[in-house]
Formats: sequence, C-alpha cells, structure tokens
Amino acid sequence: MNKRLPSTVFFTRLASVITTLFGISIFVFIVLRVIPGDSITGSLGIETGALTPEQIESLRAYYGIDKSLFGQYFSWMGSFLTGDFGFAYSNGVSVLELTKSALPVTIQLALFGTIFGVILGISVGMFSASKPGSVRDFAGQFFGLLALAVPGFVLATTLVTVMANVFGYFPNGFEYMSPWEDPWMNFQQMMFPSLVLGIAVAAPVMRTTRSALLETVDKDFIRTAHGKGVKHRVVQFKHVLRNSLIPIVTMTGIQFGYLLGGAVITEKIFAMPGMGRQILDAINKREYATVQSSVMIFAIMFVLINLITDIIYRRIDPRIK
Amino acid sequence: MSSPLIKVSNLTVSTSDDNRTLVNSVSFEIAPGEAVGVVGESGSGKTLTALSLLGLLPRGVQATAGSISYDGKDLLHTDSETLRSIRGNKIAMIYQDPMTALNPVMRLGAQLIEVIESHEGQSGDATERVLTAFSDVGIPDPKRAYESYPHEFSGGMRQRVMIAMALLLSPELLIADEPTTALDVTIQQQILALVMHERRKRNMSMLWITHDLGVVANLVDRVIVMYAGRIVEVGSVKDVFTNPQHPYTAGLLASLPKASDKNRTRLVSIPGIPPKPWTVGESCAFSARCTRADDQCRTTLPLLRENSSTQAACFHLMGEKR
Repeated sequence: MNKRLPSTVFFTRLASVITTLFGISIFVFIVLRVIPGDSITGSLGIETGALTPEQIESLRAYYGIDKSLFGQYFSWMGSFLTGDFGFAYSNGVSVLELTKSALPVTIQLALFGTIFGVILGISVGMFSASKPGSVRDFAGQFFGLLALAVPGFVLATTLVTVMANVFGYFPNGFEYMSPWEDPWMNFQQMMFPSLVLGIAVAAPVMRTTRSALLETVDKDFIRTAHGKGVKHRVVQFKHVLRNSLIPIVTMTGIQFGYLLGGAVITEKIFAMPGMGRQILDAINKREYATVQSSVMIFAIMFVLINLITDIIYRRIDPRIK
Repeated sequence: MSSPLIKVSNLTVSTSDDNRTLVNSVSFEIAPGEAVGVVGESGSGKTLTALSLLGLLPRGVQATAGSISYDGKDLLHTDSETLRSIRGNKIAMIYQDPMTALNPVMRLGAQLIEVIESHEGQSGDATERVLTAFSDVGIPDPKRAYESYPHEFSGGMRQRVMIAMALLLSPELLIADEPTTALDVTIQQQILALVMHERRKRNMSMLWITHDLGVVANLVDRVIVMYAGRIVEVGSVKDVFTNPQHPYTAGLLASLPKASDKNRTRLVSIPGIPPKPWTVGESCAFSARCTRADDQCRTTLPLLRENSSTQAACFHLMGEKR
C-alpha cells in the first residue's frame, strides 16, 4: 500500500485505544462489585447463610476477594496482561480454556450472521433505492422496519417452534458440533441462529444502504457516468454503490462488533456454546475473572474491528489519508 | 444548408409532480460542424435544454412535449439502450463543475477506459488511446494522470480530463455546459482555446451553454438567447452582437463592461429579475422589465419572427420605430 499511516496519527490512535481499554477494565471491575452478591453466594446461593464466619473467610481467600479492591484489580490486570485470564471455578478450567472453545463458536456465528445480513441488507437497500417512492421502495422499507421491530427472541423462538413441531427438524437439539468434527451438522446448527442474527443486521444495513444510495445517485459524477454511455447496471454497482460504501461499511463494522460480543439470547435459545452463554453463566455465578476477562476480550475485538474498518475506508476512498 | 445534425422541435420540459413548465416550446437545429451558443441567465432553461439532448434530466424533471431528432431517431422517445449507445459516443458532454463531475474513488484512466468499454467492449489499445487523449488536451504527464485520482488534480486539469473523456470517441456533437464557470480566469482562457482547437481539428458540432455573452462571441457561429424557458432571439453571432433585435438581448449586451470605456460610466443593468417560467402564461416574459412593453406584450405571447438580421420573439423589435 502506498499510503502509510503518519506516525502521529498512529500514536494518537494507539493512545486512545489504550485509554479506552483501560476505562472498560475499570468499569466492568466496578460494576461487578456493585451488583449484590459475590462469588460465594454465586456458587452456593442461599446456603451461604449457613456458613460460619471462618468458612466465609476461607472461601473469600479461596476466590481471592479477601484482598482490597486495588489489590484485586491489579492482581487481575497483572495476570491478564501476561496472558493468564484467570480461573473459572464452576467449570474447573482456566478462562483461557473456556474462551478457546466458546470464542470460535461466536466468531463463526457472527461471521455467518453478518455475511447473510449484509448481503440481504444491501440487496434490499438497492432494491428500495432503485425507485424511491414506489411500491418496491415501500416493500423494502417495510421489510427494514419489520426486521428492526421484531425482537430476535421472538423470531428465534418462532423458528424453533415451527421447525421442531411442524417439520420435526431441529439440528440445535443435538450436541454442538464444531466445523472440524462434523461440518454438515455444524452448518445446520449455525443456519437458524445466523438467520436470526442476519435479519437483525440486515435492517440497519438496509436503511443505511438505501439512504447512502439515494444521496449518491444525485451526485454530478453519476450523471457523468450516464453521460458516458455506461450501462445502467454498471453505473449502479461501479459508481453508485462504490461511492456509498463508507456508511455501509461503518454500519457493518458496528453490527459485526455487536455480534462478536456474543448474541446472548440467540445463543441461549439455540443452545450454542458461545461467548454470550459463557459470560451470562459467569455473571450469574459471579465469576469475576471470567466476566472481566471475557469483557476485555470483547473490547479488544471491538477495537480491532474498528481498526479493520479504518483500513477498509482507505481502500474504498483514496481521499482518506 | 445541409440537413441538420440534430433538430430540436417544441421541446418542453416540466417538473413531474406539479407540472411546472421550465422549458417551453424550444426549437433549434445544429448543422454538422456548426457551433451554437445558448445564452441565458440562471433558470432560463439552457442547461435543462442541453441535458434533454442526452436524456440526462435530473430526477423530478421530464421532457413533456416535443421531439429531438438525431440520425433518424427521436431522442426523447427512443429506448434507453439506443440512447445509451449515443451518449459519450456520438454526443458527448462536458459539465460545469469539474470538481464534482468525476468519480472520486476511481482512477482517471479507468474512468476514460470505461467510455471505450461501454461502446466498443474490451479493446486492446484502450490504454494507449487514453494516454494519447490525455496528452492531446495538454495534460503534462499522461502516465501519472492515468493512475491518479481526481482529488490529486486541480480544477483546470480535471476539466481537461473531462474534455479528453468527451472527445475520446470523436463525437459528432459536443455539449458544453458552462465548462469554464468554475475555473480561474486564466484557466478559462486555456480551456476555451483548447476546445476551439479540438473543434476545428475534428470539424465537430458544438452546443455551448453559457450565461456569459463574452465567452460565446469568439467561440460559436450562431447564438440562441433564452429567457424564462423560451428562446427570445436566434441569429448569427455577428448579427446578434452588432444588431440585436430583442430588447432583452440588447439589454444583455449593454450590460457588458467595455474595456475601452475611459469615462468610468456606471455599468448598465436591466432592472428587476427574470420571472419563473411557469408564471408567465400568455404574455411576453420580459414585458415586466421592458421599457418598450405595451398592453399587447402583457396579454399576448410573441413568437419568433424573421426580421432584418435575426429571429426574435418580440412585438417591438429594436430595429423598428416606436
């Protein structure tokens, strides 16, 4: 690439990223301590009341919450930075092990959902924008609004109910299979949750696409393209869509980031052992290390996606330096 | 006179939603090799007239009556594929603002290649032709220009690229919509000289749209003066400039600053502003601003008529006694 990031820009970016991540780490640390209950009540529930003070004290030491807040934070941060994400007591494995199995599920789900959603969203958006104010525009916009209005859990439970009861087909009822163990089963299990997530992604992508296209189509250079005798279809893709990509890519990046954060409800309904489920279980059990480290992993991924989006901007628009 | 290259008859352009007439019954011809200038203020309908020839009217505006005959076809009623095959190939256009007329995310070379590919398909020597076209219009480093993006070029250079693009397939008619308005004065002269040179070389017809009478004086053979959506005067450049018949044309010429004027007299101006074309109705659109207007002007629409030098749409021509 001939355009290189000027070093000042690079360092400003780096500084803001580090500040953001630092802020997130403090925020999640504090929130976890503010909500009622701790690791002991999280694992023992009401039986905690039967414990003697000595037992509680030793359990606090076991979970590492006997230290001061500063001590806890720095001990977690210190180990997190050296690649030790902590220990998930209830699962009996390290958070790293847990994440290793959950993260690929979430990434695959997010990828499938985003790809499906972007293809659907851009198609419907182009369909809508091709004739603003027409019946097809109305139909496209109605789809966008519907997809935005129907919550994922409604769509997900409806799908599960209909597929399982009417067709007797529900691949997610079986044990989860990774694509390396059983690609075909994995694909079937990914299909429905990806569909649900994809529709949620498609709605904002469609709306962004439509408005970006409508804005671009009135630009002078589109008239130039038609004036050159370029075929209508080519103008639509090569000139109009190409020049509308920046907001579409932005929206796609944001949506993909959300999905990577774990589609908690969708993963739960379709019994996908992804990050959403991991973090939800960890919150319920007050597994501080698991929650904190998982959130940090999300945050880092989100930052990475923003970085990738920025690189894509530069590829799309040569004016962005 | 040989048969015209293009013949516009009673072209009427209106808005789609509330049917306001923007261009009203405009008729003119362009002969092969002839250069015609269309002069008028903003809103006189000159640009819409030009865009109609290529079917490039903006959204919400359409040609509602008339015909544009070219090569045995009516461009207003032909199918879109025929129109497309003519655009950029037989009739090409250069636009007012070179800063916005080029696709910002495409390399300049690719934007010209596209013209060739749209009309001739894949062509082995396309790159070579584009480089030649760049050097023909005076772009210093064609190879670099080929790889450049529009934002890396100045306005004058971009307009040269637009001209190279328009001339690439040697069109029969070049439509120029105020191509110098957005440029610095020194650059304007260069662009005018370039277009004149290329036109002579190719014996190409030209339709030059401008609000600046001074620009067309040296550039075209015939002048069409438009006012509030209608043609008010047509004639050879010499006749229109030396012996204007329509009071509006006369007023326009009188308002040109003269370099020879040593007395520092006040610049003449026409009082008032042009009316919106759709509000005029059956009257002379200029009557409200005209010193020669009478009741007839305010109630009857004057049509173009022959007179001593030009054709003018006026009941009280400048050459006639009042």
